[in-house]
Amino acid sequence: MIALERRPQPSRAWSYLSPLLAVIVTMIVGGIVFAALGKPPVEAIRTIFWDPLFGDFASYFRPQLLVKAAPLILIAIGLSFGFRAGIWNIGAEGQYIMGALFGAGFALAFYPSEARWLIFPLMIVVGTLGGLLWAMIPGLLRVHFRTNEILVSLMLVYVADFMLDAMALGLLRNPEGMGFPGSRNLQQYPAAHNAELIANTGMHWGVIAAFFAVVAAYILLSRHVFGFNVRLAGQSPRAAAFAGVSADRMVLICMGLSGGLAGMAGMFEVAGPSGQVLASFNVGYGFTAIIVAFLGRLHPVGILLAGFLMALTYIGGELAQMNLQLPRSAIQLFQGMLLFFLLAVDVMTNFRIRLGRKKVA
Amino acid sequence: MTKTLLALAGLTKAYPGVIANRDVSFEIQQGEVHALLGENGAGKSTLVKSIYGLVKPDSGAMHLNGQPFAPNDPKAARAAGIAMVFQHFSLFDALTVAENVALGMEDPPPLRDLAGRIRDVSEQYGLPLDPARIVGDLSAGERQRVEIIRCLLQDPKLLIMDEPTSVLTPQEVEILFETLRKLKSEGTAILYISHKLEEIRALCDTATILRLGEVVGDCTPREVSAREMAEMMVGGTLHVPEREAGPEGEVLLKLEGLSARSPQEFGTPLRDISVEVRAGQVLGIGGVAGNGQDELLLALSGEMRTDPQMVQFKGRPIGQLPPNDRRGLGMCSAPEERLGHAAAPDMTLSENAALSGKTRKALVRNGFVDWGGARDFASIIIDRFDVRTPGTENVARSLSGGNLQKFVIGREILQDPDVLVVNQPTWGVDASAAAAIRQAILDLAANGAAVIVISQDLDELMEISDNFAALNEGRLSAPRAASGLTIEEVGLMLGGAHDMEVAHVDA
Repeated sequence: MIALERRPQPSRAWSYLSPLLAVIVTMIVGGIVFAALGKPPVEAIRTIFWDPLFGDFASYFRPQLLVKAAPLILIAIGLSFGFRAGIWNIGAEGQYIMGALFGAGFALAFYPSEARWLIFPLMIVVGTLGGLLWAMIPGLLRVHFRTNEILVSLMLVYVADFMLDAMALGLLRNPEGMGFPGSRNLQQYPAAHNAELIANTGMHWGVIAAFFAVVAAYILLSRHVFGFNVRLAGQSPRAAAFAGVSADRMVLICMGLSGGLAGMAGMFEVAGPSGQVLASFNVGYGFTAIIVAFLGRLHPVGILLAGFLMALTYIGGELAQMNLQLPRSAIQLFQGMLLFFLLAVDVMTNFRIRLGRKKVA
Repeated sequence: MTKTLLALAGLTKAYPGVIANRDVSFEIQQGEVHALLGENGAGKSTLVKSIYGLVKPDSGAMHLNGQPFAPNDPKAARAAGIAMVFQHFSLFDALTVAENVALGMEDPPPLRDLAGRIRDVSEQYGLPLDPARIVGDLSAGERQRVEIIRCLLQDPKLLIMDEPTSVLTPQEVEILFETLRKLKSEGTAILYISHKLEEIRALCDTATILRLGEVVGDCTPREVSAREMAEMMVGGTLHVPEREAGPEGEVLLKLEGLSARSPQEFGTPLRDISVEVRAGQVLGIGGVAGNGQDELLLALSGEMRTDPQMVQFKGRPIGQLPPNDRRGLGMCSAPEERLGHAAAPDMTLSENAALSGKTRKALVRNGFVDWGGARDFASIIIDRFDVRTPGTENVARSLSGGNLQKFVIGREILQDPDVLVVNQPTWGVDASAAAAIRQAILDLAANGAAVIVISQDLDELMEISDNFAALNEGRLSAPRAASGLTIEEVGLMLGGAHDMEVAHVDA
């Protein structure tokens, strides 16, 4: 008989091992799925995990890794605080969109300004503010009317999506765009362009912000009383109240923090890699960041690694679609399996397996 | 003509790191009230859980009416005629009495018939209960009646009662005993678990005494003194806390018309509580569980805010202040629930030391936590309060209940507060740890602090309080000097018997 037994102390080794094990199990089961689809499993796994980094065209893909990982990491870092405290902001995708709209809208309002020293820093502030304000809606509703922030924040993603459509076709549409939808391209607006800092590396200001967020989050969680309160609120809400942590204030801070960082990520994206306010601007970073946050164990360094891993599966997945004609949904299934297996293996952190039969009296 | 109902032979059950029961053997006769006596952690609960099918013993055998008996689950135990009333009720607040009873039955009859049967049984045994009432509105004593009636409807041969009187007033205890005596006269055996010796002397025919998982003796409770039983239970002489009469100082804490709604549904609101506590004084607040104890602690710790004037510290209104501001002024508290309220289960002792100690011990500088200082504070608590743990980096839930309680109380006392409020300071703590905690509370008062001890253990309150007051449905009685109070007077202060009547035992 196999029995699960609660560990007296959570296992430190397993909390590090389980993400690795989850990746390995995902590779094996994913390989089986690919084989069942009639694709060569080993080649598919290699295409996803190896080729973007070390394959023939790796020099093209490697910069993409930073470009894709940066927003994931930035958003996931923000979400991780709320998730640790038991505050579930599922609407980072919407806050990401609003950050992009605010940032781009601000820049375009001053078009064509030459003052990069003024416009670009303010875009960061305004973009962050956009995401923050959007996240305050579910936050304030929860604090004042006890609504469920999961539902409200998720629903607001669809509202933000419509706002994006409306802006791309209306207020922000390029007046010189021959009637095509979409705003002016910020890449051709030097004062607002979030350009590559070093050519062909993918390094832009958003990447720097993401690294900075990782370091700041690490310090906050391990040293600062705010990080302590966040952990306390998540682990035991009544002990947090006893320690003087205001639950309502915690909701607003965590929603604001995650919304703000998501908004910042959106602003960096629209001003850089994407360039344009378009209906197809958002590609699901806000949702994937939820997986990144959990895959990284809500730990800043873990999120950094998980962000790169997810970015890799994005790039590798596209590559597998092109080279091996793997269906897109198979790639999404593969990404979903990662989270699934992580949660499954996670049991080992708090429980151990005991083999052998219990003696019956 | 007594006949053996249940015989236990060599029952042993080990958990990782601890042997809960070692080679336990004894017999229960039909129609006897059999006491199972022992300190917390002596293995009483594990033993009755084995009988009730919740725990499988590692070795040993049980015989019921001469037949081998090894229940796999409570269902099998119930089918064999064994019923159990747990210390912690398993009732749904939002459902009626009848619905709750139905939920505990194998195949409940239609609710209308069931209501009739509940009325019959409750009259027969003198346990008045309206089947249509919502459980959330019932007192603790009434809730216990729901549990008892649920058991009686199964017509049990053996009724197990786990610390049944811990939630009752003295008068309610008397009524319960009448019911149990009536059951006994009908031939039902009762296994009665308690560590309250006078009760056992009043009620039980025989007693089996457990210590550290082993049977250390048995006796006929009527024939031995409570002290003899206590020493068998503890295995030595008991240390009784000493107290020096401290000087009566200024009023440190004053409650003035404290009224507040409970933050919890089905909680008890506080109603117009007024009392003063002076420096050097211990005010004991007794009461049956669920009469506003939790709410009172929340209002004093600052987790529940009230009008400023309702709580005054050294003449300064503080009812609106949050917990850390009150700590800063010199008011500390320790809630009843150790794991999850006073301490975070999965955090280390250092982190838990910072949890409430960060303000007074200045463990936060510019927003950054001084973890080195927190570790030092935790090791001082461990050292001074004799907390048994490998070290400060162990998580709170790895400690035993008594050790964690010493840590929690020590954490507050070592912050050197002017006012300390504790709720159930020795609940579930073994006798020697309890004595140490009481001594520490008395020492704090002797050094000029004002202390409020909220407890359901009347013996404890009589031992350490200068003044005694009772909480009943959120109201606080006028405090009276504790010395010289009789147990009857205390019982009346606690609110009497809540309109219960004594069972009429027919011959």
